[in-house]
Amino acid sequence: MTRQSDTTATGGLTRRGFLKGAVASAASLVIGVQLPGKAWAEDGVAPAASAFAPNAFVRIDPDSIVTVIVKHIEFGQGPVTGLSTLVAEELDADWLQMRAELAPADASKYSNKLFGLQGTGGSTAMASSYEPMRKAGAAARAVLVQAAADRWGVDPREITITRGTLTDAAGAHKASFGDLVADASKLEVPSDPQLKSPDDFHLIGTQVGKLDTPEKSNGKQIFTLDHYPDDMVVATILHPPQFGATVKSVDDSATRAVKGVIGVKTVPAGVAVYAENTHAALKGRKALKVDWDSSGAETRSSQQMERDYSKATKKPGLDARNDGDVEKALNSADTVLEAEYFFPFLAHAPMETLDAVIQFKGGQVTARMGSQIQTVDRGAIAQVFGVDQGKVMLYTEYAGGSFGRRAQPGGEFATEAAQVAKALGSDRPVKLMWTRENDIQGGRYRPLALYRVRGALDKDGKVVAWDQQIAVQSFMKGTAFESAMVKDGIDSTAVGGSAELPYAIPNLRVGQHLMENGVPTLWWRSVEHTHNAYVNETFLDELFERAGTDPVEGRLALLGNEHPRHSGVLKKVAEMAKEAGDVPEGRQRGVAVHKSFGSYVAEIAEVSEGAGGEPRVHRMWCAVDCGVPVNPDVIRAQMEGGMGYGIGAVLYDAISLSDGGYVEQSNFDRYRAIRIHEMPDIEVEVIRSTEPPTGVGEPGTPPSGPAIANAWRRLTGKSVHRLPLVPITA
Amino acid sequence: MAIRFELNGKEVSADVEPDTPLLWVLRDHFWLTGTKFGCGIAQCGACTVHLNGLTRRSCITPISRVEGGTVTTIEGISGEEARAIQDAWVALDVPQCGFCQSGQVMSATALLREIPKPTDENIDQAMAGNICRCATYVRIRKAIHRASDSLEG
Repeated sequence: MTRQSDTTATGGLTRRGFLKGAVASAASLVIGVQLPGKAWAEDGVAPAASAFAPNAFVRIDPDSIVTVIVKHIEFGQGPVTGLSTLVAEELDADWLQMRAELAPADASKYSNKLFGLQGTGGSTAMASSYEPMRKAGAAARAVLVQAAADRWGVDPREITITRGTLTDAAGAHKASFGDLVADASKLEVPSDPQLKSPDDFHLIGTQVGKLDTPEKSNGKQIFTLDHYPDDMVVATILHPPQFGATVKSVDDSATRAVKGVIGVKTVPAGVAVYAENTHAALKGRKALKVDWDSSGAETRSSQQMERDYSKATKKPGLDARNDGDVEKALNSADTVLEAEYFFPFLAHAPMETLDAVIQFKGGQVTARMGSQIQTVDRGAIAQVFGVDQGKVMLYTEYAGGSFGRRAQPGGEFATEAAQVAKALGSDRPVKLMWTRENDIQGGRYRPLALYRVRGALDKDGKVVAWDQQIAVQSFMKGTAFESAMVKDGIDSTAVGGSAELPYAIPNLRVGQHLMENGVPTLWWRSVEHTHNAYVNETFLDELFERAGTDPVEGRLALLGNEHPRHSGVLKKVAEMAKEAGDVPEGRQRGVAVHKSFGSYVAEIAEVSEGAGGEPRVHRMWCAVDCGVPVNPDVIRAQMEGGMGYGIGAVLYDAISLSDGGYVEQSNFDRYRAIRIHEMPDIEVEVIRSTEPPTGVGEPGTPPSGPAIANAWRRLTGKSVHRLPLVPITA
Repeated sequence: MAIRFELNGKEVSADVEPDTPLLWVLRDHFWLTGTKFGCGIAQCGACTVHLNGLTRRSCITPISRVEGGTVTTIEGISGEEARAIQDAWVALDVPQCGFCQSGQVMSATALLREIPKPTDENIDQAMAGNICRCATYVRIRKAIHRASDSLEG
């Protein structure tokens, strides 16, 4: 069988055809594209010897193509475009000459300065790159200018660069970047180059087309799943049906009889089936008969966990915050509201399930995966194979979504994939592909959470007391991130967004109960902020409604002058909704505001009762303040997507466990993802700020749920204290 | 046994088990990796291709049912509707992670071929089978309208 390149059967669109005005050349074609069947282990990072690479982030080829080496994984949140914009800005490049590739695992060059290791998360890509990437571009610029000055015999200060073309003041000389590459490579690179004044920005703050859009619109973008190295084996895995169960015995006779199956191995994560093609691997897995040992398994149902958590919150937990005297204020108040909130486990369910391609050959490991914490994953793979990290070449692949799922502080998936690859005992590359069932039932969910909240109003309707008891499990304990995230027993991934509640309430307590649970959990888009913002913003809204306080005015009053950026987005979103006109008959609007990952977001939702009594979200408005908006359209897109993710979760999503600890959902048939007909129209306004840029991947999500729930309560009179809003049909 | 069909304008033959889903024939046998695996049970639409001109979930279509048929994947899609859709996708920067977008483009192209001037409701009906976990739906809707407008002009 002969390999077929991806163009022979098509005659269709080409990547370069899409990039209007781009000059195709042999040098630029090595960038970014991994064609199936290529000699995959060597591909991707070897720059042409003739290129000018002033630092680890920028490479300029003789054809003037500028390649930015992006230290953050791209799964839709936009770092490939955002980080390239920063370089292009300082370089005064033409946007059409820009390309990007993802950096390999190498913490010595590509560490996230906010983490101290190489990784992406917490919406930090832009915040941690803003200055370093601008400096990388500015350094390259300085060298190119010096090279031109030397060649032309003019003062470097007389040279300007406009859209990638250098000219001298007299207009006597002209050069492209490519013309100067050879000369520039011989010059010293300044370590602290001069950065532009923001007044001179011509790309930052404007809308540039995303670099990865064309290939994501014509099927040419290569993801981990799309790698087909020569002689590859496909592996599937059967996990235990309960968390913590293990393999007792395996009957693989039917599996081995499947044509194409080449092996079955028991690995720590379950039973792996190896085959010559995916169909055989799937069919073989289906034919497995496995006896499981559930003696160490988590066997509680979700309902039992809920009862356990509810009991815990009846006593105050460890104080994450305690202002004034909450008990006294609650006891003497005119009106007290109390509520118990329940949040189910949630799967991230990225479109591309977890996958990896790993080969161990000649003492070296080559691995490709959508690695989000490369340093941890690389270490995990090295440990499985018993080699030094230096023997592990880990390539970060474009990934089909993550929402937190690929950021594993313990490197569990990398470990599993490496163990599966190793167990085959061959030097063939092994692709482990999780199915959707592995994904939905595979854990590392947003934790189940339960809250007990009490709030009090005085006789004038002023909010005078707030007590919030949070019961949730910690997914930071025992990981490399524990020391950074857990201080004095308080886990910021449990209480964040509540412990810093911005509202001026004189008696305010936030208590934390860290619960033991055998279901593995993880951060889920915006982490603790989805549940904390939900409780804060719905409960406050109920207090306001009881007091007859306007929800926007009431919030503004409690924010006072201390929180101008919260107030700014809140005022802006209120203005947007007002401009849209009166609320149509049969609909209601709800508002919420929340700060997460340094960014401030306010949202208003307009909701009616739709078919089958389900809420229908018609429109949403969003105002975001994330500091300097590097690419306003990427920010808008992240708000739209973050809101959609939040809307789906608050309306439909839930992972539930039956008695015995079995997950009741297994695929998109019962784990209901939001679909196009359920998506509202969305308008986003980005505040023009001069503050340093902050995150946008996550902050759009937290306000969406409470805005919808507030609208729903005002429409129907029903408070939503139990999610999802649309009951699951198990 | 060898199963013959037309793939992106060429006669091809695949010597695979007859119950192999078209998706895995496209990917594992022909390395046409633009068509994606998302769920395996026709719930998400990431594997959408055109079979004899109609959208088809390749993950549940056994190759035996494709014998003698005409298959078009994202790599082979052509014609003015496909061009208009892909141009609009680029103009509005629709994709985020991009993993579902081949399927979205295949469904949207089929819609425009059937209904050149779709309403929001037509779009909802035609596209409800394609899940996008990045929730790029707002832009998908706008891009389909834009593509439709561009064909009119």
